Amino acid sequence: MINVKNLEKHFGGENVLNGISVEINKGDVVCVIGPSGSGKSTFLRCLNMLEQPTGGQIIFEGDDLMDKHIDLNAHRQKMGMVFQQFNLFPHMTILGNLTCAPVMLKKMSKSQAEQKALDLLSRVGLADRAGDYPSQLSGGQQQRVAICRALCMEPDVMLFDEPTSALDPEMVGEVLDVMKELAEEGMTMVVVTHEMGFAREVSNRVLFLDGGVIAEEGSPDAIFNHPQSERLKSFLAKVL
Amino acid sequence: MNFEMLAFPLVTFFEKFVNIFITRGMYKMVLDGLKNTAIITLGALVIGVAIGTVIAVIKYFGEGSKALKPLVWLCDIYTTVVRGIPMVVLLMIFYYIILVSASGIAVGIIAFGINSGAYMAELIRSGINAVNVGQMEAGRSLGLSKLQTMRKIILPQAVRYILPAIGNELIALVKETSVAGYVAVVDVTRAIFLIRNNTYESVVTLTLLAVIYLVIVIVLTRLLKLLERRLSTNDQRKKS
Repeated sequence: MINVKNLEKHFGGENVLNGISVEINKGDVVCVIGPSGSGKSTFLRCLNMLEQPTGGQIIFEGDDLMDKHIDLNAHRQKMGMVFQQFNLFPHMTILGNLTCAPVMLKKMSKSQAEQKALDLLSRVGLADRAGDYPSQLSGGQQQRVAICRALCMEPDVMLFDEPTSALDPEMVGEVLDVMKELAEEGMTMVVVTHEMGFAREVSNRVLFLDGGVIAEEGSPDAIFNHPQSERLKSFLAKVL
Repeated sequence: MNFEMLAFPLVTFFEKFVNIFITRGMYKMVLDGLKNTAIITLGALVIGVAIGTVIAVIKYFGEGSKALKPLVWLCDIYTTVVRGIPMVVLLMIFYYIILVSASGIAVGIIAFGINSGAYMAELIRSGINAVNVGQMEAGRSLGLSKLQTMRKIILPQAVRYILPAIGNELIALVKETSVAGYVAVVDVTRAIFLIRNNTYESVVTLTLLAVIYLVIVIVLTRLLKLLERRLSTNDQRKKS
């Protein structure tokens, strides 16, 4: 579904990503872990071109996103993204947040979109908050809404950029539960996270990024129980 | 202190006022003048906001785009030139050189609008910059284009940040239109000047003029406060 070939990203003189190649298949739940500054978030943000890569290829459903003539917006509609800081639209109600893009992009009629939005909200237990504004919700609730907002576009893949890092500890669980359910339904997911428990339990593949390269990758069992490289061992020793 | 000296002018002031504006019916001139002042102010406000928004958006997108460089450059020239010329001079240039066959009112609307646009541009730009970058990213990640995100997500939020400043600009604009008489427009200032020339009564006429502007400004300030309060009922800065 997403085929990343030799992805590179330089900021000025700094090399953030130094040739990352990975294939993400339909139904994969890939967790990306690594120390801060290892390029995890940049890697994720390159996947939907929020960050412009400086080299390599990102083939999404057969099209190279680096191609200048490609309709990037059309492809982004199929890639949902959830941000660390939620980034809900504060001037719209929860329902407005969910329906805004599908209606504007003529993907659905207003009533279809609202029906879809209410279905999604009730699945995360927030249907009764549809008329509220984001500022009236807790962090965990906002992040669940943000997940619904991305899902409302009916994407083929979901990208999560440290979705629980800005949450109070007691709210982390409710967001991870939603993500876990999503994974069980077969959604393709790429998750940058510090939640090792989630990576171990939910993902089918873990990428360990260090210094802008994939230092080690494998099944959760291989990564967490049988780490090969010294760097991964010392990283795990610090976070587990 | 001679109290007769104080009391006497007050009585004559009132008598003269009634005589000039009511008995001799000159209030009609004042009302007509007010109408023109209102037309020019509102017209210029619309043009100013439109020009200001376009320039602010061009400059926002122009920061990282080579293709927009010439446009950004044009906008800079516009702002520099307009801000560097006194309003009266600009007005007369438009009336006597650029728009020779247009009516004074049309010239007034256009010239004041163009002048106001230069100030609005910087104002609106500061509002756009005050909106969190995550908002643009969230919009883009859903597949909305830059302009769609700007229109639906960024600008509605920017407006809230800059409403007080736009109010100030509007107040400055109302008072600035008092020079419209230079291009044969009978605005409220011109109307009062004509009455003064006719009656040789400076105190009564000029006092009334000052009070009229004062009342307009007070009413506008109140209205803007109301609007601000309505918009901030679901303010994102308000934490629950």
